[in-house]
Amino acid sequence: MTAIKNNLRSDLGRVRGLGSAKEGVHHWWAQRVSAIALIPLSLWFVACIVSLMDVDRATAVQWLGSPVTLGLMSLFLIALVYHAVLGLQVVIEDYIHTTATKLILLLLIQFAGIGLVATGLIALLLIVLYGG
Amino acid sequence: MASHPRPVSPHLQIYRPQLTSILSILHRITGVFLSIGILVLVGWLVAAASSAEAFDRAQSLAASIVGRCLLFLWTVAFFYHLLNGIRHLAWDAGWGFELPATYRSGWTVLIATVILSLAAWALGYWARGNV
Repeated sequence: MTAIKNNLRSDLGRVRGLGSAKEGVHHWWAQRVSAIALIPLSLWFVACIVSLMDVDRATAVQWLGSPVTLGLMSLFLIALVYHAVLGLQVVIEDYIHTTATKLILLLLIQFAGIGLVATGLIALLLIVLYGG
Repeated sequence: MASHPRPVSPHLQIYRPQLTSILSILHRITGVFLSIGILVLVGWLVAAASSAEAFDRAQSLAASIVGRCLLFLWTVAFFYHLLNGIRHLAWDAGWGFELPATYRSGWTVLIATVILSLAAWALGYWARGNV
């Protein structure tokens, strides 16, 4: 079946710019890469929390200040927040259909994500610099 | 811009809940719930960086009945989201798409979630010897 052409634009000209423009693929891929990174990182985190749930501050600070913990905790926090923001973005896009509300919520989770990573990393930095 | 009163799909009023659809929405719900947990994690790090009093306050909040209930729910949500996430990654790789396999992996995720959550807490209590 051939559609009747009622203008002079080419087929390619009409469809260009209407697709995902590769954005969707990037989001999909980033969600999965962060998920794979989080498998070992989150298991490590939960194992640590299980073993030091009611410690005092001195012990917690000593643990958080060690190079391995510091590195893994920073990576965990970054991967976790990145993965969470990507996931929340999809939830918002799926359920909120009012453009203004959707935009505000999307901005909010982006800012909250960046803010939480910055706050967490600064807290870790203070712990390692001053021993809390 | 107003949203349009179009019917949504699936039509939830007449849609029979199935294991697959329930596990699917649970993945979302646990994901959102775990995202809220990030606030607690960062709050705990800030308390550790601040002072002994702030840290003790955070620790006693976590040890309270409400704190423990929430932490247990976060544990369940974590293991569910982790295991079902691995199930999703397997699907992405093209494995386990057949209907019987989907149900088998679904039940496996549910049972493993219960076992791992209880094991994590049993281990936590056992490690500090107050069962």
